[in-house]
Amino acid sequence: MYDRKIKGIIWIVFNRGYISKYIKYERGECMKKIEVKGLTKVFGKNSRQGVKLLEQGKTKSEILKQTGMTVGVNRASFEVNSGEIFVIMGLSGSGKSTLIRLVNRLIEPSAGNVFVDGEDLARMDKNQLRETRRKKLSMVFQKFGLFPHRTILENAGYGLEVQGVNKEEIDKKALEALKMVGLGGYESQYPNQLSGGMQQRVGLARALANDPDILLMDEAFSALDPLIRKEMQDELIELQSSMQKTILFITHDLDEALKIGDRIALMKDGQIVQIGTPEDIMTNPANEYVEKFVEDVDRSRVFSAQHVMQRPETIDAEKHGPRVALQRMKQAGISSIYVINKNKKLLGVVTAEAASKAVKDGNKDIYAVLDSDVPKADPDMPLNDLFNVIHDSPVPVAVVEEEKLKGIVVRGAVLAALAGNEVNDNDE
Amino acid sequence: MMNNIPQIPIVEWADAFVDFLRNNAQWFFDPLKEFLSTIVDTLSDVLIAIPPLVFVLIMVGLTVYITKKKWGLSLFVLFGLLLIQNLGYWEGTMLTLSLILTSSLISIVIGIPLGIWMSRNKTVQSIVTPILDFMQTMPAFVYLIPAVSFFGIGMVPGIIASVIFSMPPVVRLTNLGIREVSTELIEAADAFGSTGTQKLFKVQLPMAKNTIMAGINQTIMLALSMVVIASMIGAEGLGVEVFRAVTRNEAGQGFASGLSVVILAIVLDRITQSLNVKKH
Repeated sequence: MYDRKIKGIIWIVFNRGYISKYIKYERGECMKKIEVKGLTKVFGKNSRQGVKLLEQGKTKSEILKQTGMTVGVNRASFEVNSGEIFVIMGLSGSGKSTLIRLVNRLIEPSAGNVFVDGEDLARMDKNQLRETRRKKLSMVFQKFGLFPHRTILENAGYGLEVQGVNKEEIDKKALEALKMVGLGGYESQYPNQLSGGMQQRVGLARALANDPDILLMDEAFSALDPLIRKEMQDELIELQSSMQKTILFITHDLDEALKIGDRIALMKDGQIVQIGTPEDIMTNPANEYVEKFVEDVDRSRVFSAQHVMQRPETIDAEKHGPRVALQRMKQAGISSIYVINKNKKLLGVVTAEAASKAVKDGNKDIYAVLDSDVPKADPDMPLNDLFNVIHDSPVPVAVVEEEKLKGIVVRGAVLAALAGNEVNDNDE
Repeated sequence: MMNNIPQIPIVEWADAFVDFLRNNAQWFFDPLKEFLSTIVDTLSDVLIAIPPLVFVLIMVGLTVYITKKKWGLSLFVLFGLLLIQNLGYWEGTMLTLSLILTSSLISIVIGIPLGIWMSRNKTVQSIVTPILDFMQTMPAFVYLIPAVSFFGIGMVPGIIASVIFSMPPVVRLTNLGIREVSTELIEAADAFGSTGTQKLFKVQLPMAKNTIMAGINQTIMLALSMVVIASMIGAEGLGVEVFRAVTRNEAGQGFASGLSVVILAIVLDRITQSLNVKKH
């Protein structure tokens, strides 16, 4: 009896790490894959002094003037959840490339922590760091970083090769990774025989071959031409949703950030200015800098049908006939009206023309004049797709969710949103 | 004013230093001399033992293989070497070749690791660079004096003087080649968890290969340029023929033996350069 208690205590002592992790998991805290706290890099002879000056609230330019040291990253803190695409975005010189290199310690931080699965990378010794890089973090580079003297297969297998995996397994896994990025059949070629887009696929395959939890992508698509870039973005999103990697993505292109990011951190002068979902950043810019940034973005990608839809004029098919429909249209000054049933299910649309003809003919059945072939859109449909739907439609587009009419979109609203006017906050 | 400063006794210091080494470091120089002369003697014995025609054919075959069938160069090798044989300088050429190969080999064995060390350590670079400058700019004749003091006359002091004079390029270019590897590739190697050794052998050295080969080529050429100078302290070979022609004022002999040096130089230069051709 006593014995069992002691055994129990011993079990707890030896498993306290596991227990605390379990508790954290229960609280939902274990979702964090990467946690960056106060990460700072000051380039110069006395970085400790630089860190102190930053803590005193000195700005980047003041420190440069006073000491000649350059602040690369200024106390950046953020968390990346497991399975999330987290985008760090900023203009050149904002410190984003330095930041991603601080995360895997290609650049030695001056202060701060980088927790990966709760372990602080910034405090690891050489061997621990190397192990972490081999097993957990892979990186994809802007100019691909492929080894020109190695074949595509040897490039893809590099991460496994340095781990001392046997040749057969390296080749097998490297080939798998290459197939995953659509490059089967190119194994024995050399990097310079491939186009830019293909080279970056090799870069991605090399990163995926040792099956890391985390991908660090440093402007991975910036060197590619626009069409290929778009293709790669789509593929990355697809890959991510099938493999559930945690991705830290750096870019200077806000459109790219908005497209692939689950959340975005905006950087300026080494500092993170705002963190939020693409929508947060677009609709509530934290300060003037973000606002300016966001101003000239392609708004069609960020806003979707639900942002521009209006409350629809409707009639209930079970109660109303053509006469009521015509009356309502006259009152609202519109030329068509949507017909729903009691459960708000969308049945179709009646135009003023059809309704008045029915009234003239004495036809009281609304179903006879109802056109059920109406243009429909999902609430999440992006504006540029929506624009294509609305472009050649004589009636407003119905926004439908689970067959229920949520709202309608008129052409003018789409144009206004694209032009940058305020959009309706139409959450019901 | 200037006359009041006593002359700085650099001459005496240098003499004292050389004397000191001669008296106290023979335990080091003697076995080294033994070792080097064994290498160079064996090499020259082997080269001389090969019938000239066989050697010529081997060299032509090698050229065809290395240059991937550049027939012009291969023909040059064929007729150039046959001309040397015809002029009667075959044995001298073989002796010179063994001198060059031995001193180049030593330069490479010491130079490449030194270049690698320089590339990884700024302090080493800032110490070694001025020493290399010194080695290259000090008139080559000067090396003959201590070389004779320590090793007597013959092939070995010639090798030593050649090594000192010809080693800098391979050191410099190894260092340069490794430092030239793009940051992104180094970052890629690091980011995937390479150890320092893995990074060196899997990325840096393969990437620096062409530059290092250019260094080796330069080293061989400089070693060849030492041939005549080395002959002044008894190193056998073509240099002796050239030097004799100079002292006896025999223009024809001078031209013929000099031409042999040129042919040897071109053959060595083109073959080592062909090793450098990009594959991909």
